[in-house]
Amino acid sequence: MSVSGSNSRALPWALVTPALAWTLAFFVLPFIAMGLSGLTAHEGGGLTLANYSQFFTDPSYWRAMVNSLEVTAIVTVISILLAYPFAWILAEQVPERWQRLALMLAVLPFWTSYVVRSYSWLLVLAQNGVINRALTGLGLIAEPLQLANTRFATVTGFVHFFVMLLTLTIFANLKQLSPSYRKAAADLGAGPVRTFLHVVLPLTLPGIMVGAFLTFVLCIGDYITPQILGGNNELVMPQLVMMQIGRRGDFPLASALSIILMAVVTVAYLACARWLKIERA
Amino acid sequence: MRAVIRIAAWLYAIAIYGFTFLPVVVLVLFSLQATSFPIPPFTGPSLRWYQAVLSDTRLTSALVNSLLVAVLSSLASVTLGFLSAWGFARFVLPGSALLRGLITLPLTVSYLIIGMGLLVLFNWAGVPKSLLAAGIGHVVINLPLCFAIIYSQMGDHQINIERAARDLGAAEWKVLLMITVPVMAPAIFAGFFLSMTFSWDEFVISFLLTRFETTLPVEIWNLLRSGLNPKTNAVGSLVFAISIVLVVFFELTLLRRKPA
Repeated sequence: MSVSGSNSRALPWALVTPALAWTLAFFVLPFIAMGLSGLTAHEGGGLTLANYSQFFTDPSYWRAMVNSLEVTAIVTVISILLAYPFAWILAEQVPERWQRLALMLAVLPFWTSYVVRSYSWLLVLAQNGVINRALTGLGLIAEPLQLANTRFATVTGFVHFFVMLLTLTIFANLKQLSPSYRKAAADLGAGPVRTFLHVVLPLTLPGIMVGAFLTFVLCIGDYITPQILGGNNELVMPQLVMMQIGRRGDFPLASALSIILMAVVTVAYLACARWLKIERA
Repeated sequence: MRAVIRIAAWLYAIAIYGFTFLPVVVLVLFSLQATSFPIPPFTGPSLRWYQAVLSDTRLTSALVNSLLVAVLSSLASVTLGFLSAWGFARFVLPGSALLRGLITLPLTVSYLIIGMGLLVLFNWAGVPKSLLAAGIGHVVINLPLCFAIIYSQMGDHQINIERAARDLGAAEWKVLLMITVPVMAPAIFAGFFLSMTFSWDEFVISFLLTRFETTLPVEIWNLLRSGLNPKTNAVGSLVFAISIVLVVFFELTLLRRKPA
């Protein structure tokens, strides 16, 4: 690694400094600003812990965090359960030359706008939407069901998105498995079920974990899907944060709530850290 | 037994595809009807709402804004990401692992929190809300992505090509432009393409950091206040169509090549 000339020490720093400076100025510094803001009083300034104590003492704020965690947990579990068999079918049952096309088709709705995709579920679930019209038309129900503006709608919108995401990570993981593992298991007398449970499933755990972590982070921080599909009946944390900015202009409280939300995500990250290393090839 | 599994697999796959496509099909189908509500029964094709979208200057200028922010912020992200990836992959720097961790850190933080932080900072510093502010936020989310993609593809075997160029007398900038960039082209394009996609679709940062001039997702959000609206269907279908064309284009041209 010898680079001649006097610039041999300056060059590497010149390469990495712009990215580091950007991250410091527009990620670390805003984070510090948000931390300080969370410690100031909305009226009159001055240092205070009131914003944090408000979260811990006001049950409606607590409720939002509980809702967030519940929705995220439900979405993560349902998405994994739906995506795993699908990824397995794509990897094992679909002929090799059709797999790329099958996968592209499966993730096609990814390419609509995220906002529009949530809105499309509203078309399906609304009072006069497709499902209610179909069910009343068939005479199965007399009155339209309340599907939109519920937790069910939020979960459906999320699951729709994360099944696609998890299918991608699990599919990639399944394709990396060498067939010799399965052959070895078969040679040693294991049936297909046993091979799957004791060989394939443990080896695809990293793919599941990466997908589950992404699902957790994206789901718990998302404002769009709960706001469009869940409505205001049952708030989640991002809705609570946005509400402080929008209605009251209460930046300190919004900052404190954001920091609390971020702390929860950080705990999840530390729990999954060993699965998520970025390594050079 | 095998046949049963096959049939069950087919049924399951069809069910998942059905679930995946249901909202998109509904979206596009009811963008094509003339009534003022995008709800069943379907009353026949009409392009009325597409005309309404294309003659709405708020939407069309938001579309131009979105493209502008996406292209410029992705160029900035991929440039900063590439240079830093090269620096970290080719040179031994003190505290390298820590600094790399710092660059990739924004990947683990929600867009909402990144947007909130910038909002508080810009508010204090007196920086007005603008497309530029949103673009800065988009670089924050996409720089770590570009860095991670390009850094992960910088294998040791490429060092030898660079070394050979240096031994033959190429200056450092020449090595960069004529060897490293072409060799890394697939990763660079992948980073750029993904950044474009994320910026194009990003809502919450733009929502927090822009005011009058805004991006398409925010303008679509404003449309949603009027409830179910066939215009939203039409603009959604158009965004979908544009994205599909781009994906197919990239799939057929750039991403088909396997990284060396």
